[in-house]
Amino acid sequence: MKRNKSDAPSALADVTRKRGQWSDVLSRLFRNKIGLLGVIIVLLLVVLTVFAPLFTRYPYDAQSFPDRFKLPDASHIMGTDNFGRDLWTRLLYGGRISLLIAILASVISNFIGVFIGSVSGYFGSKTDTVIMRALDILMAIPPLLLAIAISSSLGSGPVNTALAISLSGIPYSARIIRSTVMSIKDSEFVEAARATGSRHLRVIFRHILPNTIAPLIVGATLGIGANIMAISGLSFIGLGVHPPIPEWGSILADGRAYIRDFWPIIVFPSIFIMLTILGFNLFGDALRDALDPRLKD
Amino acid sequence: MLVYALKRLLWMLPVMLGVLIIVFTITYFTPGDPIAAMLGPGYTPERYAQKAAELGLDQGYFIRLGKYIWNAFVRFDLGRSYLSNLSISDEIAARFPITLCIGVLTIFVMAVVGMPLGIFSAIRQYGAADAALTVAALVMNAIPAFVFALLSLILFGVVLRWLPVNGLGSWKAWILPVVTSALPGIAVVMRMSRTTMLEVIRQDYIRTARSKGLKEGVIIRKHALKNCLIPLITVTGGFMTSVLAGSIIVETIFGIPGLGMYLMGGIIGRDYPVINGSVLLISLIVCILNLVVDLLYAMIDPRIKAQYSAKKGKIKKSGGTLPPVNEGGAA
Repeated sequence: MKRNKSDAPSALADVTRKRGQWSDVLSRLFRNKIGLLGVIIVLLLVVLTVFAPLFTRYPYDAQSFPDRFKLPDASHIMGTDNFGRDLWTRLLYGGRISLLIAILASVISNFIGVFIGSVSGYFGSKTDTVIMRALDILMAIPPLLLAIAISSSLGSGPVNTALAISLSGIPYSARIIRSTVMSIKDSEFVEAARATGSRHLRVIFRHILPNTIAPLIVGATLGIGANIMAISGLSFIGLGVHPPIPEWGSILADGRAYIRDFWPIIVFPSIFIMLTILGFNLFGDALRDALDPRLKD
Repeated sequence: MLVYALKRLLWMLPVMLGVLIIVFTITYFTPGDPIAAMLGPGYTPERYAQKAAELGLDQGYFIRLGKYIWNAFVRFDLGRSYLSNLSISDEIAARFPITLCIGVLTIFVMAVVGMPLGIFSAIRQYGAADAALTVAALVMNAIPAFVFALLSLILFGVVLRWLPVNGLGSWKAWILPVVTSALPGIAVVMRMSRTTMLEVIRQDYIRTARSKGLKEGVIIRKHALKNCLIPLITVTGGFMTSVLAGSIIVETIFGIPGLGMYLMGGIIGRDYPVINGSVLLISLIVCILNLVVDLLYAMIDPRIKAQYSAKKGKIKKSGGTLPPVNEGGAA
């Protein structure tokens, strides 16, 4: 049905096509109901955390001794923690940190991954062998452990955590880009670009990399979910982000001491973490389907 | 085939060397002074120098790295813990069986639960059960191990009081750690068996079996099931990695004295030899597992086996195909 518009032979066809491709992707994304749920969860989280002060009356570090361990009620919808701080507020502000680190880590690791992967995939032969063997070594260390080692070396803090997680994710993003680049680099349009005298860098940046955007976006989105898991895990074991900065993993780590007597401090952060990861996973899966030209209907 | 296996085995050596250098370098350049921490406040410079010499910390990066490589690779000695002064190799040897045991049980649960569910959901494709299992897999994939561990501790340990919450006293204590570790794996195995099964049941030989009048159950068991083993092996290899890495969190929460808890102690106490040794050992096991998985592939799947034996006879690919465009870069 939508086809008719873009296929119509008109002078404007070329102008509309560029936009048509992306609106096509968007419409396919929104037709996927599960994917739409993912988009809604992610958008909701972003709005709630970015505009956190609008959704709560309390500052995230306001301690109030008489209000300790309050069960959820009208004034504290998710109860209060061991210092009498409003849990809902802390979770919103904590989400800021978690999301920010996760996105930052995803951007860094994909940025470096694109560079390594495209060089490796484009030049092939010896360059490829050397780079791939080096990545093999990095991948022999489980990513969580590598992140733990780097994080314990760099120290805690949002930026260091983002660095630790992104470094441990580089081999994986590099491999995705490499395989995409390898599948494109023998195409005729690349050959044509080389034949007309384009330099390697130009061929990579102008002709090959634009074609890797789809897997890159999908990988980055799914990566954010995985990063949230890694960040909260690191904070939970005492690396990552430390109190008083609220972070979901560190709220859970603090709450562990009260697990027997006060359930909200474990249950609510858990729900936030699960929903966030679920949201990004659904969103990423749906994006993959929407961007895959083979699944076009 | 044997040549391939040997080649892969030899390749593990440089990989482990690389891992060792990476891990050693990370901890070497970590700020902080282990000697000062060990001696406590109020030490004299002489005492400090003596302790540094005793531990070999007064030497340069390359000498220490060389010594560490020599000790680890030739003598299987990973040094001594800064905190307890016990041999790390001995400590790991004492703790690792527990972690391995949980890992093997995890893989077992993952296969035994995940595969039948996946096959079931493939047979009932688009049915209510299939939809429910799909949603369940999505949710299972989104729960970090420590979140599930804490929630199940509240439910089964505190509210219902069915299961013990700490240690490994009885067989019941193993349930939560194993289920916690297995959960994401179950989801993945389920999805992969479902996909494989859906592909398989559309094949001609299945149709043949059906037209012979075989019962559906027999067809699934005798003809289709074998094909599900390949994705299972793939997942198992990768998943064991995350079980070993995740043991640090699962063991800490459930109070299990395995390798993960040891590593956690090393992280908290900034005990770098312990961190190095544990990470090194886990990486070694990951390498071995990957090798085993690749070899198992070849043994189970005749198509892959054929690839290995055919490699010798073929003309080398890189020489024969189109010349790559990237020659003469300076043009």
